[in-house]
Amino acid sequence: MSQLLTREEICVPENEVYHRTCLLTDAALTYCPGCGHGTAHRLIMEVIEEMGLQADTIGVAPVGCSVLAYDFMDIDMQQAAHGRAPAVATGIKRLYPDKFVFTYQGDGDLAAIGTGETLHACNRGENITIFFVNNGIYGMTGGQMAPTTLPGMKTATSPFGRDTESMGYPLKITELIAMLPGTYYVTRQSVHTPQNVRKAKKAIEKAIQYQKLNRGLNFVEIVSNCNSGWKMTPLESNKWMEENMFPYYPLGDIKVPKQN
Amino acid sequence: MKDIRLMKGNEAFAEGIIRAGCDGYFGYPITPQSEVLEYLSTTNPKERTGMVVLQAESEIASIHMVYGGAAAGKRVVTSSSSPGISLMQEGISFMAGTELPCLLLNVVRGGPGLGTIQPSQSDYFQAVKGGGHGDYKMIVLAPASVQEMYDFAKLGFDLAFKHRIQVMILSDGAIGQMMEKVELDDQMPRLTDAEIVKRYPWATTGKTPDRKRNIITSLDLNPVKQEIINQNLQKKFKHIEETEVRFEKIQCDDAEYLFVAYGSSARICQKAVLLGRAQGIKVGLLRPITLFPFPTEELARLAEQVHGMQVIEMSAGQMVEDVRLAVNGRVPVAHYGRLGGIIPAPDEVLHVLEQNFITSKTEKKYEPAAY
Repeated sequence: MSQLLTREEICVPENEVYHRTCLLTDAALTYCPGCGHGTAHRLIMEVIEEMGLQADTIGVAPVGCSVLAYDFMDIDMQQAAHGRAPAVATGIKRLYPDKFVFTYQGDGDLAAIGTGETLHACNRGENITIFFVNNGIYGMTGGQMAPTTLPGMKTATSPFGRDTESMGYPLKITELIAMLPGTYYVTRQSVHTPQNVRKAKKAIEKAIQYQKLNRGLNFVEIVSNCNSGWKMTPLESNKWMEENMFPYYPLGDIKVPKQN
Repeated sequence: MKDIRLMKGNEAFAEGIIRAGCDGYFGYPITPQSEVLEYLSTTNPKERTGMVVLQAESEIASIHMVYGGAAAGKRVVTSSSSPGISLMQEGISFMAGTELPCLLLNVVRGGPGLGTIQPSQSDYFQAVKGGGHGDYKMIVLAPASVQEMYDFAKLGFDLAFKHRIQVMILSDGAIGQMMEKVELDDQMPRLTDAEIVKRYPWATTGKTPDRKRNIITSLDLNPVKQEIINQNLQKKFKHIEETEVRFEKIQCDDAEYLFVAYGSSARICQKAVLLGRAQGIKVGLLRPITLFPFPTEELARLAEQVHGMQVIEMSAGQMVEDVRLAVNGRVPVAHYGRLGGIIPAPDEVLHVLEQNFITSKTEKKYEPAAY
């Protein structure tokens, strides 16, 4: 048996395949193991680091699982009331038109209590970027039904499955806002496989770059899992997401800028 | 030469914020304060000073736009009337929790509910006792003239940034809608972004390598830390109570009877004092200009001097509670209020004072004129 390599021998530049972006803080993530939020955080911060935008970025955190996003992102951030992040970001961006302003919101925040703020920020064509993590459930409050919960899906407040007759239908808010002339780039991604992570990163890059064009709102939905809320293992939840979430929320660009 | 104009109260406030170097106004139309947004939309502040004016989709969105701008160190304003101010309580509470400066105008109309579009003073409790959830106070200024609607814009900004607190101008439909002459100041320059970074190191202006990241949040799940946050807030409110009380005294030096009234009611009482003095009644007026902090000490002092205090409000009796707390039983305090948008007349309030404190209780009661 050959001699074991020391840490110093392994940690050399030619061996490096991945490093954590310096724009993520040392705070331990508070998300459940297996959740997609951590990857989404990392991708956004990685892109901001690569584009050298730290000093020009102001982020807005929501209410929900990612309420503490500012603990993990090493940028200036403001915590918004439930659903109001697009209005908060509007206030910032209108007064600092040259800064990069984004919100990071979940589906309860963005598509239920904040529907009005979301639609109107999109409709005014605010030059901000919205990152929307959709896992079809209220994670932080303990797994209640969300506006994006699928028909038949069991949650704490739809224990026999979402009954569309009495509880309505899952809201495809991303398709809805893509119809508005105020949005510039609208896309739906996921971060559950390496291939999807690479695609999502490209989408995030575009959504950040496009803000400089001042042509309207850029919107990236990330369909994600909630293994705790869905009461599955991380692997089961990813499989369930592919089989159930993706048919209802198909991945890919929904609105791309016209070529000219 | 002095710049003197004839203006509505709402217009004077709008001109006041422009000239005080406001960076952004976010608002939503509601009677009787729509002239604020209309005036800002027609007088082109963008060209005059670079100030941003945006009509939001709701009062909720307006106040959260203000929250965003305030966090980034800008001088931001919203205005509304009673039902709209109720909607804004969420955002005001968040700004209280994050100690952000901003200027708010409530041109009060009668409630509850949609109530009426006529003037009222029935939002005193909401403005002075907190309004939204949590233990907090705002500085509340009560203008009694169109000139003060203008002057309090600058004063409000100064106090808001001095104490990192929300300042509410508690006006009403009468002050907002009436026209008087206003003396205007020269235009103050807006702060540059570099000046904001220097003056307000707490603001979310973008993390530069020379400092730690700035976080604006009202959340702390650790009860020990959250209690300290709240205790520090209370210390600030106490300091404001000790240093920022403002009031006006009219004919108080030899007064035997005292009107206590703010805003429109104070204007009416001012006339009633003249009427009373003409009849030989030694009556004066104490007009609180700050409703929080309240002129408690001055009222306690006057309680040693006068035989009775007559509180006049266009409400069922809100400020009267603070007057009674200040007086602490040393002198009788009576309340008289008109409701639903009715404004009392000077002879009406004088008659009430006479009846409560001077003439026999058996005499015929004053019948207010029907509207």
